[in-house]
Amino acid sequence: MRAICLDAEDDFEGWRVAARSLAAIRIPAHEILWQVGGQPADLFGTVASPATATAPMAVPRDFVSLARQVILNRDPERFSLLYALLLRILDEPHSLQNRADRQLRRIEALHRSVRRDIHKMRAFVRFREVGEGKARRFVAWFEPEHHIVRANAAFFVERFTTMRWSILSPLGSIHWDGETLAEGPPAQRNQAMGDDPVEVVWKAYYSAIFNPARLMPNAMLKEMPKKYWKNMPETALIPGMIAGARERERGMLADARALPVKGYGAATIEGLREEARSCRRCPLWRPATQTVFGEGPHDARIMIIGEQPGDQEDQAGKAFVGPAGQVFDRALLAAGIDRASVYVTNAVKHFKFEPRGKRRIHARPNVGEIDACRWWVDQERAIVRPKLVIAMGATAARALTGRTMSVSSARGRPLILEDGTAAWITVHPSYLLRLPSEAEADEAFSQYVADLRGAVAKLEAA
Amino acid sequence: MAQLSLAEKLTILADAAKYDASCASSGAKRRNSRDGKGIGSTTGNGICHAYAPDGRCISLLKILLTNSCIFDCHYCINRSSSNVRRARFTVDEVVDLTLDFYRRNYIEGLFLSSGIINTPNYTMEQIVRVAKTLREDHDFRGYIHLKTIPDAAADLVTQAGLYADRVSINVELPTVGGLRRLAPEKSEVRIEGAMAKMRSAIEDGKDARKRYRSAPHFAPAGQSTQMIIGADAATDQDIVSRAAALYERFDLRRVYYSAFSPIPDASAVLPLKRPPLMREHRLYQSDWMIRFYNFAPHEVSAAADPATGMLPLDIDPKLAWALKFREHFPMDVNRASKNMLLRIPGLGVKAVDAILAARRWQKLRLDDIGRLTVSVRKIRPFIIAADWTPVVLADQANLLPMLRDKPVQLELFAS
Ligand code: SF4
Repeated sequence: MRAICLDAEDDFEGWRVAARSLAAIRIPAHEILWQVGGQPADLFGTVASPATATAPMAVPRDFVSLARQVILNRDPERFSLLYALLLRILDEPHSLQNRADRQLRRIEALHRSVRRDIHKMRAFVRFREVGEGKARRFVAWFEPEHHIVRANAAFFVERFTTMRWSILSPLGSIHWDGETLAEGPPAQRNQAMGDDPVEVVWKAYYSAIFNPARLMPNAMLKEMPKKYWKNMPETALIPGMIAGARERERGMLADARALPVKGYGAATIEGLREEARSCRRCPLWRPATQTVFGEGPHDARIMIIGEQPGDQEDQAGKAFVGPAGQVFDRALLAAGIDRASVYVTNAVKHFKFEPRGKRRIHARPNVGEIDACRWWVDQERAIVRPKLVIAMGATAARALTGRTMSVSSARGRPLILEDGTAAWITVHPSYLLRLPSEAEADEAFSQYVADLRGAVAKLEAA
Repeated sequence: MAQLSLAEKLTILADAAKYDASCASSGAKRRNSRDGKGIGSTTGNGICHAYAPDGRCISLLKILLTNSCIFDCHYCINRSSSNVRRARFTVDEVVDLTLDFYRRNYIEGLFLSSGIINTPNYTMEQIVRVAKTLREDHDFRGYIHLKTIPDAAADLVTQAGLYADRVSINVELPTVGGLRRLAPEKSEVRIEGAMAKMRSAIEDGKDARKRYRSAPHFAPAGQSTQMIIGADAATDQDIVSRAAALYERFDLRRVYYSAFSPIPDASAVLPLKRPPLMREHRLYQSDWMIRFYNFAPHEVSAAADPATGMLPLDIDPKLAWALKFREHFPMDVNRASKNMLLRIPGLGVKAVDAILAARRWQKLRLDDIGRLTVSVRKIRPFIIAADWTPVVLADQANLLPMLRDKPVQLELFAS
């Protein structure tokens, strides 16, 4: 067993010289004990003779730069792992290319950890200004994971050449006076304390640049783990920012909702209608004659949503003019609802059909189409802001809630939508047209009317 | 107006800038202050100095010179009809803030944008003056990103390019219809005209540097743009093809997507919804497919749902593509070309390079691949290795639950 003493934890040169002479005579890795500072602790160890000039050794450059950084890792095994790899590549230089190799993977993991630590130091060092005029200097406290402070000094020198600064750490300190770099002993946190007025301004910036509508604390934690927080002034604000975010977003939505539709007024639905004319959000626009958009007062208290235009609606460009539309009109009358006072629209704005000879047979829109067209329904709702929405049939229910639900189980009772609006689900009038017997149709019709009436009664009571 | 303190102004003018997605401080030419003058350095790769609870990095002081604006774009919190508090920085205030923050190692530099006040030229002049003061009076060598105003005079824009590392002009919305409706005073023709001019100015700059070493750098980190997602009717297919065309025509470094956020005092024309963050994320992934995995834009589009034109939200677009074009899989990791390896869902560029290097020396087994990737479980169905052949790709129903992303906490607000 031979013990090798290195000057410091990051003594790359020492390791390199020793490793060279040991590798030249192929001393196996398990016969070397690497130590830092002081006397060899192993009683049976013999100190390797000081490096003698050995013949130049061909080592890939990649290995040297890898080793230089891996040495900075805290792992006590790093010296011997690197030495073992060195022995290996002397005989098989290509092993450095084989990234699937176990031994290399382990060293690469050490390397990654060092690189990350170096990077985080560059990012998270926070200087505080102390003193004024000639005595002005900047002091920082940083707690690195590995022995990187000395190796990282050049970065700070290049960036802050004209400043006088110190970076203190529990593993040692560095000081720059504008001309030379000096090293100092390990330091303590309170040596870097100070009262820098710019910190307040920085904190104001940090909280203002955050968008509460996008809260994603885990993404933040991945890049800025908690262990760094205690030495960064702004991180003290985080818990409050997270806690307040939800409230703030609610507030933003509420403010937005309270706003009168100023300046756009009547033109808005018209604008939407205009825009929907050229909608290509799903393929239904292609075979249809035209878009059939919603109609009615732009400040209606009630919005009624049907399924999609049929053959006649497609040709007329108006909603609810065909046979189902007639049933719809009758039902409104029976329920005591004035059609002129409601905003009527469809979940899907284009006629979907299958050609059968000369006829076009109505086809049900699929979920993709309903969801695509929801774009328009949502905006119609945002403009009209009805107190009550009635969805007729499963298609309309999906357009309203984004979920598939069965009409038979959801009908006849109020549903509160995400934005607080009350909604009722009932059947679609075309369903009544498909019932085989007149008795069934009558029964279903009065049930349908009862649904409508019930919904409106609830609204009136509210 | 009562006098606002610096911190109050900063709160207003940083708040107004938070909807801008571009943050990168990369691509600059290397510089440092070793020669003992000035302050600052750039290393080519920007450093994120902090992260906000919205998961985004803070690398630049990102502010507006003013949030007053003569325009009335509906998606924008600064539009003239909005009720937000207004504030305005002086040139010196921005310069001092930048230097103060920089000296404390809070930032990599400055990202400056502005609402349009008086005239586009006046506004652009103010923006340029900040950069000029930083560079000339203080010899600042950190990063500067300037947002240029499309209608500003050519020589102002040229000056911006001389002082800044990167310049950008927002296309704002992915479709012409959307722009017409939500930003009626802006014009696609003018925006694109400005981007085209910027492209030639950047190319001329590079050319000049080839001939005379002393020619100044002109926007060495190139130009970028941003579009807002979720405020207009554009589908993912629309967005992907628009972005591809922008990369192609204007040689952009980056297209940023900013999910439309419900903004305080929102215009009534907009949907009142939470920002579609997952959609934004999928679009960035599709951007990666084109920039790093050599997919053609129409291939990315093919991964979208043909009915809605939207990319799936529950799986990433590369996986969606693979599930649609199963005939390419499983792929033999010991033989497939680089281009094909890049198409394996779950394999990144680094892993592919590592595979190519390693397989020169050994036949790769499943274990080896496992050491090079995050999750061999997800990749397994798509590859053949020395000791592994999957059963024929199972049908989507069986495969999906296993490959789907873990539900992320995007839905934090859902109650
Ligand atoms: S059905 Fe709706 S989403 Fe589809 S093209 Fe027509 S209007 Fe657009």
